[in-house]
Amino acid sequence: MRASDLLHPRPEGLYCPPGDFFIDPVRPVNRALITHGHSDHARSGHRSVLATQQTLDIMGLRYGEDFAGTTQAARLGETIALDGVSVSFHPAGHVLGSAQISVEHQGMRIVASGDYKRRRDATCAPFEPIRCDVFITEATFGLPVFRHPPDTEEIARLLKSAAQFPERSHLVGAYALGKAQRVMRLLRDAGYDKPLYIHGALARLSEYYQSQGIDLGILEPATVEGGKQDFAGAIVVGPPSAFADRWARRFPDPISCFASGWMRIRQRAKQGGVELPLIISDHADWDELTTTIKETGAEEIWVTHGREEALVRWCELEGIAARPLHLVGYEDEGD
Amino acid sequence: MNRFAELLDRLVLTPSRNGKLTLLVDYFRSVEDPDRGLTLAAITGDLNIAAVKPAMLRTLVTERMDPVLFGYSYDYVGDLAETVSLVWPQTPGNIPNREPTLSEVVAKLQAASRSDGPKVLAGLLDSAGISSRFAIIKLVTGGLRIGVSARLAKQALADFGKVDVAEIEELWHGLSPPYAALFAWLEGKADKPRNTALALFRPVMLSNPVGDGDLEKLDPADYAAEWKWDGIRVQAVAEGDIRRLYSRTGDDVSGAFPDLADAMNFSATLDGELLVGDPREATRSFSDLQQRLNRKTVTPKMQQQYPAFMRCYDLLQIGDEDLRALSFRERRGRLEAFMKTLDPGRFDLSPFVTFTGWQALEALRRAPPHPIIEGVMLKRWDSPYVAGRPKGPWFKWKRDPHTVDAVLMYAQRGHGKRSSFYSDYTFGVWSGPEGEEELVPVGKAYFGFTDEELKQIDKYVRDNTVERFGPVRSVRADRDNGLVLEVAFEGLNRSTRHKSGVAMRFPRISRLRWDKPAKEADRIETLQALLDR
Repeated sequence: MRASDLLHPRPEGLYCPPGDFFIDPVRPVNRALITHGHSDHARSGHRSVLATQQTLDIMGLRYGEDFAGTTQAARLGETIALDGVSVSFHPAGHVLGSAQISVEHQGMRIVASGDYKRRRDATCAPFEPIRCDVFITEATFGLPVFRHPPDTEEIARLLKSAAQFPERSHLVGAYALGKAQRVMRLLRDAGYDKPLYIHGALARLSEYYQSQGIDLGILEPATVEGGKQDFAGAIVVGPPSAFADRWARRFPDPISCFASGWMRIRQRAKQGGVELPLIISDHADWDELTTTIKETGAEEIWVTHGREEALVRWCELEGIAARPLHLVGYEDEGD
Repeated sequence: MNRFAELLDRLVLTPSRNGKLTLLVDYFRSVEDPDRGLTLAAITGDLNIAAVKPAMLRTLVTERMDPVLFGYSYDYVGDLAETVSLVWPQTPGNIPNREPTLSEVVAKLQAASRSDGPKVLAGLLDSAGISSRFAIIKLVTGGLRIGVSARLAKQALADFGKVDVAEIEELWHGLSPPYAALFAWLEGKADKPRNTALALFRPVMLSNPVGDGDLEKLDPADYAAEWKWDGIRVQAVAEGDIRRLYSRTGDDVSGAFPDLADAMNFSATLDGELLVGDPREATRSFSDLQQRLNRKTVTPKMQQQYPAFMRCYDLLQIGDEDLRALSFRERRGRLEAFMKTLDPGRFDLSPFVTFTGWQALEALRRAPPHPIIEGVMLKRWDSPYVAGRPKGPWFKWKRDPHTVDAVLMYAQRGHGKRSSFYSDYTFGVWSGPEGEEELVPVGKAYFGFTDEELKQIDKYVRDNTVERFGPVRSVRADRDNGLVLEVAFEGLNRSTRHKSGVAMRFPRISRLRWDKPAKEADRIETLQALLDR
């Protein structure tokens, strides 16, 4: 069978005709397999959803318990048969609960990786490369300019700045699911044991991470009860949008920080008014992308959401068949 | 090298002056010689490294990676130095145990000949990480562009050593990288370096603005008055074979004014105003003077079209005699005598304004006899020449600013305390034929309003946004809708960079005209008339 008979794009998302299911559909469908809980991949309103328990929990937190007709939890590494198609979930290292989905039928195996990274991350299980015929890779940072530094160095810069400017507060913009908890955990691992202040949008997800055994230390709401002086020297974590908002006025002369792979590009930091860019990403950088492609042993690579052309070019130079897979509706919420 | 690289990255993104000073002082404190001194030299532009052309960089990188992938990368990033620093392929096994230090990098670059320059650069890039590669490329392509002036760097040195910045300025031109003696003094480990160089800068004496009620307490008989000329305050120093023209912050600007330097055939230190024209005939506008500013070299044609001269205010030194401790009256006498020996096409004496009392002077200030006058200066007859801005001996009494009613067009978010406020405003005036008027931007201002007014404007911006581009919002502004701002400014220059053809000097918001309909804001012709005066 041809690979495109096993999986191909439809307006709703990536579709598997023999198994009659979609992977990360952007519109409500009958049967959806979800790689991870970011809102552009995990939407509500499907009749049935198959995902890891943690992804299901996260969807429940974001959309309410009735986000789908029925749900089924996929255990990592366990094979599930769907109309004769063998499906299995494997850790993707992107955020808590994130998984790659392997789809196998009549000797053809395709791995849809969703979003992934290869760096160690104490807040989720590490990526496992899966041998396959076709590997579907993301390309959010699919340009040779994207080379993420070690996250410990970035956190060290944040802590150094906090020591240099003790009279100011540091506002760290980080997406509510995954990045925020990773930043908090990295701060703890670096020995920072003061309370971290969080924006309300992070509260429930952070609490969920803690319930899953990921220790984030003492988190306190960044509320204004005690007046401005309380936040001098504080590290505050919140969604990036909140820092441009009137919400941020409670902090004394804040230094705006943003934890994202995009911060690699100075102009991006400048345009966003970011004073301390922290290059911390939950997506694979260029070297991780190319290493992973080789490790899967795949003969064909499908490249999706991001800068497809550079990765396709790299595959050509390496003698690996590659093409862009045009899927609509994915943004880079996770970074 | 990575400490230097990290400092550059922090400085370029830190908008506040105090923030930059903190970063610099911490750096001077934590980094040892000679790296900190070389950093200082890189910032002040005193580090001499043979330049590498951008084309050479591009060649180096495309020899090492696929040109198509480089093309995609460069298109995306848009900055050559940054792109090369990011994509430079690091050969595994070739990575040294530690990055080179700044002094190692500088030594290698300075020792490189023209022919092996590219090879040396490539070797350095191989040995460095991403941030350091960027810093190395910035060093060899010239111009760090990190928003730190030499003046700010000297202020950081002063803060670091807890001394007056005037002391640093006075020493500066006798010192050279890596400034080990300077740092040793600032750290209290050695005496102040003695300066033996010729034609040094003497820290300038500055004045305070006349405040409300200041004059009532002063006796007009104690003060001399001069016109305040709208040029650039300079100090001309000639000693031995050395002739230098310094800005008021001690930057050497001689290179841009060879015509004036040629006429400095004396041994003295003069304080005065740099202007364009021929003092015997005409003093020309600040716009004309601008043609001569910020140039490293200047063509003969430029010198002919815009000849520079100096209008002298004061005499600080003559031969070996330091006059600064004398009274202004005595120094002025010496200056008048000295002027007779100078080329009258290049130097003239700043005339006194004779007045009987403050009211009479007020009338003169309001209606000065020449458009290039921006007010009057008051100097106590008995004042010695002292560095800095002492309160009392010298005052500036400026002409009232010009004002224009303009309409708010764009607002940008500020930084630090203002990061959640739209606090930087671009405003425009009406242009075009009746019935088809449109707004053309004429300037940008980010102060002049109170905190309360800032809140009001911020709310207005949020409620009237038409479009957003990153941190900038475009605000509804047409004949029937818009916020009118009264903008005060010191003067107007012709500008080819702005669509309106004018650029304001020192614009600030003087009043919010909530009462005024947008269509009644001023027209561009009002500003143009000011230009043509």
